[in-house]
Amino acid sequence: MPLSTQSQADDEPYVLVASLDNARNLSNILKSITFKDHAIFSATPNGLKVTVEDSKCMQANAFIQADIFQEFTIKEDLVGFQVNLTVLLDCLNIFGGSTVQGVSTALRMCYRGYGYPLTLFLEEGGVVTVCKINTQEPEEPVDFDFCSNNVTNKVILLSESLKEAFSELDMTSEVLQITMSPSQPYFRLSTFGNSGNAHYDYPKDSEMMELFRCTTTQTNRYKMSLLKPSTKALALSCKVSVRTDSRGFLSLQYLVRNDDGQICFVEYYCCPDEEVEEE
Amino acid sequence: MKFRGKIIDVACLNHFTRVVTTISKLTKICVLRLTPDNLFFVLSGKVANGGVSMWCELSQANFFDEYQMEGVSSEDNEICLEVTPENLSRALKTVQNAKAVKLKLTKKHCPCLTIAAELVRLTWSQTVLFILHLLTRVSSQVSIYLPPLKTMKNVVDRMKNLSNFLVMEANLNGEMNLKIETDLVSVTTHFKDLGNPPWGDDASQDGGPSQSRDPEDMAQARVDIRKLQQFLMGQQVNPSKAMCNIVHERVVHLILLHEDVSLQYFIPAVA
Repeated sequence: MPLSTQSQADDEPYVLVASLDNARNLSNILKSITFKDHAIFSATPNGLKVTVEDSKCMQANAFIQADIFQEFTIKEDLVGFQVNLTVLLDCLNIFGGSTVQGVSTALRMCYRGYGYPLTLFLEEGGVVTVCKINTQEPEEPVDFDFCSNNVTNKVILLSESLKEAFSELDMTSEVLQITMSPSQPYFRLSTFGNSGNAHYDYPKDSEMMELFRCTTTQTNRYKMSLLKPSTKALALSCKVSVRTDSRGFLSLQYLVRNDDGQICFVEYYCCPDEEVEEE
Repeated sequence: MKFRGKIIDVACLNHFTRVVTTISKLTKICVLRLTPDNLFFVLSGKVANGGVSMWCELSQANFFDEYQMEGVSSEDNEICLEVTPENLSRALKTVQNAKAVKLKLTKKHCPCLTIAAELVRLTWSQTVLFILHLLTRVSSQVSIYLPPLKTMKNVVDRMKNLSNFLVMEANLNGEMNLKIETDLVSVTTHFKDLGNPPWGDDASQDGGPSQSRDPEDMAQARVDIRKLQQFLMGQQVNPSKAMCNIVHERVVHLILLHEDVSLQYFIPAVA
């Protein structure tokens, strides 16, 4: 079966073609939002957005801008589909996901449109693998209606400071409580587990605190099970912005640098837990 | 029947142990066949039940310093024993530092293969005739050199997450494909420029219909992916030559050659 992978004169009517010299620049960031089987892909001329949701209360988005790709061609304003994310990751890592320097898997991702599979051409060391993954009609992602105008509190922290706290979080606590305030304790993470309560405080003038903009004192609780997956994105990131709005909705934005030092973003939105008591 | 062998060289003992350990990862039970020049570890699986088969041949002179055997009779100068290679491997591993290791056929209350002071219990079995003729009678087969085993293993490991069965196909153009297909996804890995061994085609078999096979024509077989994965996982010896013979829709025959050891593994095709 002859393979026309790199053909410029490819007459296949793909509505989306995205190529990367290093497939890890896509697979690493997707791994950080893989906590459910299915993901919604939305491509626009600006780039690719991949969305994973949990029970309509939590949403993770990964953004990979068009200029990260060596080639990004899109024939429509918006191309959307849904795929099994676990299968996609297995395909992206088909050559074993080697971390050896200088060895990388090249990727060409193609989509013909509604009803067609997502086709991946992967190449490493002269060996080519072709994957065709079935797509489904994309579900409408939840609009968390989180806009900058309603943001009440915002901090930007260096990720290394949060990594330690998140790795030590008491998992017997059902919730993670986040307190943000213009006065003490400024920024506090709390858990209420079997062995007792634990608090992690970050003073506003700490070296780790790159930005501190809190206008009102807010305490909100979020289900631990919903936030735990965000640890993967935290591990990949160098900086994280934590914002809450007047409703207590949480937005976590992670700045991630890929293998080539380029910047991508991962964003988590989470609804507050029902029994919240605003102070 | 008599058998007495002695290994003195620590590198030979080490190598012998590694070969036996590889065998133990491929099968629980097999036949050890001793002839004046060679040792064979053979497994003949029941093809109807999807059983794999294996053939490993070692030249005795490359391992043993002393080697004496007297077979069943002077016409049939060989000995066959049914062994559990894991027991043999374990026993050999514990005597790695020995100055010399003796393997002897002894009979206390029943026949045994004795290694140093350790006993490995075995039972007798009939001579096993290996069904290689299956390969020479079927008309459609292709021989090809395998791609780097590490690359194959990486790809097969990932494919196993996606499917239980895999199709292996190859042609006389040095091309081999590994394919899986499920409701969710289809994945095909293409290997090129692998080269075919000189006896690559079936033209010499009973004047068959296809004297010159179309080099693009693929011979393929669908196998249980775990069996292929098991073969790739078990490799402890880096082969100098690795090749594969695919008999269309019948069997995948994998052959590894290392200076003094050859290992053959047969995976029957499933519908």
